[in-house]
Amino acid sequence: MIQCKTSKEIGGMGHSIKRKEDARFIQGKGHYVDDIQLPGMLHMDIVRSPYAYAKIKSINAEAALKIPGVIAVVTGKDLEKYNLHWMPTLMSDTQMVLPTDTVMYQAQEVAAVIATDRYAARDGKEAVMVEYEPMKPVIDPHKSLDPNAPVLRTDKPGKTDNHIWHWEVGDKEATEKVFAGADVVVKEQMHIPRIHVASIETCGCVADYDKVNNHLTMYMTTQAPHAIRTVIALVAGHVGLTEEKVRVISPDIGGGFGGKVPVYPGYVIAIAVSFLVGKPVKWVEDRSENLQADSFARDYHITAEMAGTKDGKILATRFKVLADHGYTDASANPSKFPTGLFSIGTGSYDYGTAFMEADAVYTNKPPGGVAYRCSFRVTEAVHAIERMTDRFAFEVGKDPAQLRMENFIKKDQFPWKSPTGWEYDSGDYHAGLQKAMDAIDYDGLRKEQAEKRKRGELMGIGISTFTEIVGAGPSKDFDILGIKMFDSAEIRVHPTGKAIARFGTKSQGQGHETTYAQIIAEELGIPAEHIQIEEGDTDTAPYGLGTYASRSTPTAGAAAAVAARKLRDKARKIAAYLLEVSEEDLEWEPGKFSVKGAPEKSKTIQEIVFAAYTNHPQGMEAGFEATHYYDPPNLTFPSGAYICVVDLDKETGEIKVRRFVAIDDCGHIINPMIVQGQVHGGLTQGLAPAMYESLIYDEDGNILNGTFMDYLVPTAVESPSWETGHTVTPSPHHPIGAKGVGESPTVGAPPAIVNAIVDALSHLGVTHIDIPVTPFKVWKILKEKGVA
Amino acid sequence: MIPAPFDYAAPMTLAEAFALLEEHGDEAKILAGGHSLIPMMKLRFASPEFLIDINNIPGLSYIKESDGYLRIGAMTREADLDHSGLIRSRYPIFTDASKLIADPQVRNMGTIGGNLAHGDAANDHPAVMLAMRAEVVISSSEGQRVVPIDEFFFGFYMTAVQPNEILTEIRIPVPPAHTGNAYHKLERKVGDYATAGVAVQLTVDGKGFCTHAGIGLTNVNPTPMRATRSEEALVGEKMTEEAIARAAQMAAEDCNPSDDLRGDEEYKRAMVGVLTKRMIHKALERARS
Repeated sequence: MIQCKTSKEIGGMGHSIKRKEDARFIQGKGHYVDDIQLPGMLHMDIVRSPYAYAKIKSINAEAALKIPGVIAVVTGKDLEKYNLHWMPTLMSDTQMVLPTDTVMYQAQEVAAVIATDRYAARDGKEAVMVEYEPMKPVIDPHKSLDPNAPVLRTDKPGKTDNHIWHWEVGDKEATEKVFAGADVVVKEQMHIPRIHVASIETCGCVADYDKVNNHLTMYMTTQAPHAIRTVIALVAGHVGLTEEKVRVISPDIGGGFGGKVPVYPGYVIAIAVSFLVGKPVKWVEDRSENLQADSFARDYHITAEMAGTKDGKILATRFKVLADHGYTDASANPSKFPTGLFSIGTGSYDYGTAFMEADAVYTNKPPGGVAYRCSFRVTEAVHAIERMTDRFAFEVGKDPAQLRMENFIKKDQFPWKSPTGWEYDSGDYHAGLQKAMDAIDYDGLRKEQAEKRKRGELMGIGISTFTEIVGAGPSKDFDILGIKMFDSAEIRVHPTGKAIARFGTKSQGQGHETTYAQIIAEELGIPAEHIQIEEGDTDTAPYGLGTYASRSTPTAGAAAAVAARKLRDKARKIAAYLLEVSEEDLEWEPGKFSVKGAPEKSKTIQEIVFAAYTNHPQGMEAGFEATHYYDPPNLTFPSGAYICVVDLDKETGEIKVRRFVAIDDCGHIINPMIVQGQVHGGLTQGLAPAMYESLIYDEDGNILNGTFMDYLVPTAVESPSWETGHTVTPSPHHPIGAKGVGESPTVGAPPAIVNAIVDALSHLGVTHIDIPVTPFKVWKILKEKGVA
Repeated sequence: MIPAPFDYAAPMTLAEAFALLEEHGDEAKILAGGHSLIPMMKLRFASPEFLIDINNIPGLSYIKESDGYLRIGAMTREADLDHSGLIRSRYPIFTDASKLIADPQVRNMGTIGGNLAHGDAANDHPAVMLAMRAEVVISSSEGQRVVPIDEFFFGFYMTAVQPNEILTEIRIPVPPAHTGNAYHKLERKVGDYATAGVAVQLTVDGKGFCTHAGIGLTNVNPTPMRATRSEEALVGEKMTEEAIARAAQMAAEDCNPSDDLRGDEEYKRAMVGVLTKRMIHKALERARS
């Protein structure tokens, strides 16, 4: 049971109040980028490359320009005149906006067609004739570093291979020593395939440049409006678009999941065209463009090893990664973290030795990779450690739940220093796993499995006990393009006691308008329903780095609490003045200050706020507003214990997820209903890569599943009935003890599912299957083992 | 997702529709439910210059039994099949199939006539019709002709329906007593085309011998396919496990699947075998109840 400190009327933390934003969403009254209509607005469509690697011999726009309504066809050569044909990526790599001579991946932007309506733009795109000279592409990242592989980034002077960077962490020698002396060493090759966020709203913008006032308003599907404005100013300052002349508005967003962090070429082209013609330009991708061209996620090839004792004590891990970044490193990681927070991959276990390294390479595939509902490569890391923990348990003949219980970091070992340098803030892993085992009747399932195995039936149980790392982040380590990763809140309380609060983050469906209001309600006692939340407009909201990597609650949520506490301090002063007592004589309960020992003498927060505008103490600043920029002292470390049960059809290979229990620990919970909703959505997005989704390319770099017909996003039909629960281990350093939850289920679910499937087949000698595990893959294994 | 330019007419009578077909010839396409045609147009895989929308023509949507036939009007929606008491009680194979077709929104619009006239071996109704030995009524300004289902599918997206004709009715012989039928397909997720699909209709006599057998296969051949050898192997046989396994094995051998993202040839053949076996069992169960 969650204890609430506030009444239901106030609706502070712990209350499952309904989402304030849903009134407009469920009535179809959301306002998205594609809903924006401006007078004289032009429409843009983009010609894309059919080849993965080709020279552009010519672009002929003659026929396109004859189509009524088509007014221009923009090429890389046109942008080159303004030095806008290249742009930086967030990882200090470079990316073409439009090519002047070579295309580097299929679906790359080649030219833009500008027309007076959407239909003419599309017809114009069809009519643009591009002559290509195809070249042999590099598709397999394992062959990218071959000495005879063509060097792809000939734009980089002196580049002699396709290597991007090398990264490592941990103690290599100590790890080698432990491995050399260990009783047991297990090793698997695994691929965490390239996937796509596939948000229901695709990406798009309306660039509206006002020539008279030299001002750009950019309506845009972005998770980080402030950072985007700064980037625009840095990139386009030389043509006069300085930061005060740029306003970025991120209206309602239909799902982001990391895919709306990067700057895509389409945005830049729209800005350039609007700047040149002085009219608003709308660009909205279609589904296939979104899937085929926008940043992918994952695509890590991992060699994972674990060393331990024969009685099941984990001693060390060693992970080696080959990261396929496609044509450019367009990841959306903090600057100093090329592999994101992959180094969380030592997991929930108490051992002191680890080494991890990664090499990134270029290939002729779309650039990336974004952190898809995952705090920067944590999904990949968790997959590796949770698969290897099961692999090790199997090797030493120990039940995987038992082995985890014996290796967990204990509750009293926190704060715990990991061998890769993190300081885990808090956790109670034993309690979480025990709760999940009780909920699913783990012992009963193991008995059932043993009986079924005797009858030749295939049933498996899989566990994942993961540690997440979210809330980037402390400014000493975390920045994006040099901007520190704090976040902000600004609260203004009006004279009548109603409030508006603005944030540097940007909800894409997470429910910020409700949860932030609840945090402020908790701290000030103003009912959540009286607090309006705004985000996404750089002209009004305080500066912040945006919403991704489960950072909103850990950073902006904390900022809201601290700003509200500043106001509560002011309220105390005003109450003391009004009640003619000293501040120390006052007691706070949510919504009012009263005199100690004389509770009938009190002032409500509404009375106090009114006084701040009408009767404030002489010498005190009038008004009731506060702002806070919160720089977290550490990251937060949510955790979870997931157990999955699968039944396999021996004849068809079909996999049925019979049950899935998810016990999450995200510290103090702000709105249990919203957290549960987050967990349901996240688990489904964990089921997706485990069994359904991956972007598949042939050897020529053609995408084989570039539509939703073949890129299989699971629906409610495929999803099991998720069973959720929680344990509460507050973060000791966070103002409200919250940790962030949006990404835990996406990170934690895939290994639980795969561990269950492998468990169902383990008696046949199966030790690993790469995701997505499809019926076809299972059948092939069963056939090979003589079962199907 | 924007189609190439096209013209559009929505005639109120079949005669008007035929006149438009005569006028526009090959350039015209009939728009029924639109759930195959419109996606192809939006992806510009198809760019017909003229659409003749037949949704306003009365009298093309019905489900009835008469003169020894189940007659289904070409414009009958999948959802109508789903909800029909007659279908549910007497032709459960349709309920098996229709709930596997796409999703509810598509089934509210998609029509049985369109499903067949599209001529796609990946669609589900063709196999069902093969199993039930349906006949297709094709109309034009010159009158009607009736084409047995075995002479209906010609090739990839090609059927017996000529440019001046419209498919108007599907007729299925009312099955004799002790007949059962069933359909299932393996799909990667809901709404997907079949990895493999099998439709079976069987009639058995009092002694457990098979007197009629129809088996149709989905998406394992360039055109919808009848498993002729399996049918022949069952008729006159007692329905033993061995006989069923033999028929299933033949279907697996005789189909012509190709490798794709759903699986390779070997997998698809094996699935045809598994599904044929399972659907024979299910049809038998229904024949006996």
